[in-house]
Amino acid sequence: MSAPAANCPNCGAPVTFRWSSAVQTTCEFCHSILIRTDVDLKKVGQVADLPPDASPIQIGTEGAYQNKSFVVIGRILYEYEQGGWNEWHVVYNDGTNGWLSDAQLEYDLSWQRALPSQLPPVNQIARGGKFQWDGKEYEVTSLTQAHYKGVQGELPFQYWDKTDLLFADLRTSGGDFGTIDYSENPPLLFLGRAVEFDDLRFKNLREFEGWS
Amino acid sequence: MTVKTKSLSCPNCGGPVALRGFAHTLNVICPQCLTVLDASTPEVEILQTFQAKQRVQPKIPLGSRGKIRDTLYEVIGFQVREVQSGDDFFSWDEYLLFNPYKGFRYLTEYNGHWNFVRVLSALPEGAARSGRRFAMRAQGVTYLGFDSMDARTGFVLGEFPWQVRIGDTAACADFISPPYMLSSESTGGEITWSLAEYMDGRVLWQAFQLPGAPPMPSGVFANQPSPYKGSVGSVWRTWLWLNVALLALLLYFSVTSVGHEVFSQKYGFSAARANEAAFVTPDFNLSGRDSNVEVAIKTDLVNNWAYFNFALINEESGQAFDFAREVSYYRDSDGDEGSPNNSVIVPGVPSGKYYLRVEPEMDRGAAPVSYQLSIRRGVPNNTFFLIAAGLLLIPPIVKTVRRSSFEAQRWRESDYAPMVSKVGTGLAALADD
Repeated sequence: MSAPAANCPNCGAPVTFRWSSAVQTTCEFCHSILIRTDVDLKKVGQVADLPPDASPIQIGTEGAYQNKSFVVIGRILYEYEQGGWNEWHVVYNDGTNGWLSDAQLEYDLSWQRALPSQLPPVNQIARGGKFQWDGKEYEVTSLTQAHYKGVQGELPFQYWDKTDLLFADLRTSGGDFGTIDYSENPPLLFLGRAVEFDDLRFKNLREFEGWS
Repeated sequence: MTVKTKSLSCPNCGGPVALRGFAHTLNVICPQCLTVLDASTPEVEILQTFQAKQRVQPKIPLGSRGKIRDTLYEVIGFQVREVQSGDDFFSWDEYLLFNPYKGFRYLTEYNGHWNFVRVLSALPEGAARSGRRFAMRAQGVTYLGFDSMDARTGFVLGEFPWQVRIGDTAACADFISPPYMLSSESTGGEITWSLAEYMDGRVLWQAFQLPGAPPMPSGVFANQPSPYKGSVGSVWRTWLWLNVALLALLLYFSVTSVGHEVFSQKYGFSAARANEAAFVTPDFNLSGRDSNVEVAIKTDLVNNWAYFNFALINEESGQAFDFAREVSYYRDSDGDEGSPNNSVIVPGVPSGKYYLRVEPEMDRGAAPVSYQLSIRRGVPNNTFFLIAAGLLLIPPIVKTVRRSSFEAQRWRESDYAPMVSKVGTGLAALADD
């Protein structure tokens, strides 16, 4: 993994990248949101203090899925009326990236997919809607109106000035998982699998008072 | 960096409110005044105040920790869910379990029946229905529709990672494949599926190190595993093997122990000299313990009959066993009827010196008959084997009856109970989906 070093244009602290394809990161010291350009880093915003969260995962957590190890390098934090969830940006040991979502300790792994032509527009997506992808039937099981709460670390795209967002979550009978992210137009599609905590062989997790 | 536990003060009564679920906790109920509080913001807004008619004491106290399936869980929330359907009212208790890494699970308890529950990430599918029952398939297992109901939250304690209020209602449906139960809960159109596994309360009492004993389960619960399941099949298999053994025994005895012949003699009889019909045989010895004696008659009768009166008489004691046999044999172009031979088994004859008194009878004018009388001691008796086979039937039949009455008791509580006309419309909607 390459670690191109640069300095934060806001505070001058060194900024390192764990993943060469990262587009955005946050300064660990001054919490500036930094976008990578061809020549340097540009400050585009400031992360507000992230609300306390109780995900056991943190930047630097390592794990493995199907004999591919990964490390957590960034996250997007969302909030909705029934709580919040984290989309952890992970990079695998073969240089590819993906997402590990932790919604109230239910874990899903997913990867961004090329957009199939038949995705319905935001005003037409509905619970119960069905899609055939990879020979499996995905059904829309929930629509979540969420607020963007903040970002941390390295992300594969610019993602820092969102407000209200709609997500459609999809499931299959075989434990596959999908999300349509309507924060962009056209929307983004992520497909993956529901996973058990024990399947991911985590290291470097957070510790919880009273649970060591 | 260790994530710290925190606590709040209740804005309603000022009492301390401990939080066990870290930042997962969205709502918490003040243990002193039972006010529902918003734990997600520093302002700790009051969400609901309610006067519980009666404070419910959870059987497993909040804060208890225990290992289930090798994972340590802490009880952090508790709710009573009530169902009112017509004049029928019932409720069950639901415990929220938490592990900061593995997540949330539930324990439910109804009348002493416990279930360990987790939310399913795979989506169950409607399955072919059998009769008017609806079924769902999840991860290769078919679950039969059991019941559906609207459940209302009647009492809450502790903390929850979602919004909770007294009076919340959810449409619930249960599908069973004991010891598992697949359940759906639908609120505001969103359906959550969960899978429950039946658990013995004693296992939980041990896991959570609770004093005393769990409540005795009453009745049969929807997904309670039948104590007769499997064992019925094996009892019938055992029965089959015992019968094979019995048959082998029967064959063995009929080949090896044909009894031993103690007397055999040929005689002739003519009805024309009927006045001299009765005679006695020479003495013969019956030895050994009390056992049976077979008297076999072999005749050369054709299209005729003969009747034999016998008395087996003990020469010393005079004890007599009286019996008789008819021999009739007819044959024509249509086939045979009867047999020229017959035999009789006299059971329980003590040892001693015996003779047989014989008195043949035939139609006057019938052709003379010649016949052979053979007497054998200790012949195998097939009726004993039949009785044994009959007795062997008792255990599997008893088990089968018990099993079906257990199943009848299970389904009596369902929407498909024979006496209930309510049809599981909720189930139909789900299965049609």
